[in-house]
Amino acid sequence: MNRVDQAFSRCRDDGRPAIMPYLTAGDPPEPVLGDLLVAMDAAGADIIEVGIPFSDPIADGPVIASAMHRALSRGITPERVLEEVRRVRGSIESALVAMVSTSIVVHVGVDAFVTSCGDAGFDGLIVPDADLDDFDRLGTACRRAGLTLSPLVAPTTGLERQRAIADRASGFVYLLARAGVTGERSSAPDIEGRVEALRTVTDLPVCVGFGISTAEHVRAVGRHADGAVVGSALVRVLDQAHHQGADVCAAAHAFVTDLR
Amino acid sequence: MSNERAATGRSGLGDGRFGRFGGRYVPETLITALDELAASYLEARGDSGFEQELDELLRDFVGRPTPLHLAPRLTELAGGARILLKREDLAHTGAHKINNTIGQALLARRMGKKRIIAETGAGQHGVATATACARLGLDCEIYMGAEDIRRQRLNVFRMELMGATVHAVDSGSRTLKDATNEAMRDWMGSVGETHYILGSVVGPHPFPTIVRDFQSVMGRECRRQCLESFGDLPGMVVACVGGGSNAAGIFHPFIDDRNVRLHGIEAGGRGGQAGDHAAPLEHGEPGVLHGSMSYVLQDRWGQTMPVHSCSAGLDYPGVGPEHAAWKDSGRVEYSSVDDVEALEAFKLFSRTEGIIPALETAHAIAGAVKLAKDMAPADLLVINVSGRGDKDVDEVVRLLGGD
Repeated sequence: MNRVDQAFSRCRDDGRPAIMPYLTAGDPPEPVLGDLLVAMDAAGADIIEVGIPFSDPIADGPVIASAMHRALSRGITPERVLEEVRRVRGSIESALVAMVSTSIVVHVGVDAFVTSCGDAGFDGLIVPDADLDDFDRLGTACRRAGLTLSPLVAPTTGLERQRAIADRASGFVYLLARAGVTGERSSAPDIEGRVEALRTVTDLPVCVGFGISTAEHVRAVGRHADGAVVGSALVRVLDQAHHQGADVCAAAHAFVTDLR
Repeated sequence: MSNERAATGRSGLGDGRFGRFGGRYVPETLITALDELAASYLEARGDSGFEQELDELLRDFVGRPTPLHLAPRLTELAGGARILLKREDLAHTGAHKINNTIGQALLARRMGKKRIIAETGAGQHGVATATACARLGLDCEIYMGAEDIRRQRLNVFRMELMGATVHAVDSGSRTLKDATNEAMRDWMGSVGETHYILGSVVGPHPFPTIVRDFQSVMGRECRRQCLESFGDLPGMVVACVGGGSNAAGIFHPFIDDRNVRLHGIEAGGRGGQAGDHAAPLEHGEPGVLHGSMSYVLQDRWGQTMPVHSCSAGLDYPGVGPEHAAWKDSGRVEYSSVDDVEALEAFKLFSRTEGIIPALETAHAIAGAVKLAKDMAPADLLVINVSGRGDKDVDEVVRLLGGD
């Protein structure tokens, strides 16, 4: 059974939402990605989203976009991200999902990229800007590599298209809490109705992201959804710890512990 | 087919694919807005009221049709084909960009959207957008790279004079690519009440088709003017290509005229090394940038590469997907002209024709002079004079070291 599916099954048994922290690979530069994954796994992250930096991330707000530009300017590559995942895969339980721009996937080649993600130890893939016409090819490659493929559903997505999207999903469906880019918000989103609607077209777990910043938001989202993604808030905390000369792994551990 | 395309400049919206290029590679949040835009566009183009208002604005406000006339001294100097100039520099605001912004602003008003956003490189599309918004009473915000703001200060003042807010974009390379990212991010969060007037034949479907259709007014006029005033179709049409809107607009009505050669000129910058040019059709590979598949300047991992051109309007690592398809089919030929050649053409054109061209247009002129030499004196070669160069004078003085 795929680790993503296992994580949701475990959370369902525990009666709690899956904790899904997001970090941008290569930022901060120290400690290396693998060590951060180990720290977050130890803190109880169920599924960790690893953002592979892209030069032109149009879905990301200033916190994550800046992290990506910093990481790229220091020479991070998808190859280096895969090496780090491969290095620590055997020692962590958290499921690992790569969040990657379609530009990278298409340029490397869908089959080659998906296969290398699976070989390195990723459990799933999110391609937030894939064309729905391409999802069948992406889905086939993911099934062959044993990876889940989780497309996005937006506040603007009509029910028929939600069904078409959900039909192409595996692992979980990623529900965007808000229109707009990634970034921290002060209040929890009101998602009850949208989760209910999405559940009429899919039996897959529904996870919510974009603008989920605090443990309180996670609890609020978790009353309706099966998982909550926290991204920009964590990326900012890690950057701050790095700049203050603090222990970044300890900061990551504390942040994820607090979310549970 | 040929006559219909020449008459209407459009051939339906289709599925947004140009061969293997095009598509909609954007976050899901934008998909519904793109669907609505496509539906509204088709509906508008079937409405004679919309067409009439567009035609009137293009005639009375923009000043269309723009002239097509002989360039006698440039013809003599090139020593080949007779060179004709399609004078888009004489359109209101001084460039072809207004053809698209008037059309899209009318569309936005029809869709009930009161706020307009746009990206701009050289500032011409920003000025044209601010102009259309002022004329139609729409709120206007423009994203412009901080580096381009430095290079094109005059255009920033023009936009602000017409009531637009100009946002400086400080991320990434601080040029057109990053301004486009920022406009798309804005649209992700404002899509309910905002229309994004994309300025070139790039981006997700249906933008490449809509922009090409609105710009095709240039090619339709040019085709008719050639037949009426010169008794024949041109042997060749030459236009510069950044994102590719002026080229797509003048080429498209000639696509079915198989005897008319079409030639796009990209920015060769400082040379052929990665980072020294902005010529994705010559040096790029298929990839995805800003929502569509096309030729893109990318590294082996699909990261967008830095680009360089002396011209802010051509300083872009991607190109419209229809150009990519035209390149693959061989229907349009593409080559590049470097910074030095473009600056020479800028001076030459000013001196021989009394027209200071935009630096973007100077690339087309440099390319056309070379191409004209190999054509017969009976042949006609049309240069699309996409814009005037007042905005570039300061930058050219700087680049030429004050000479």
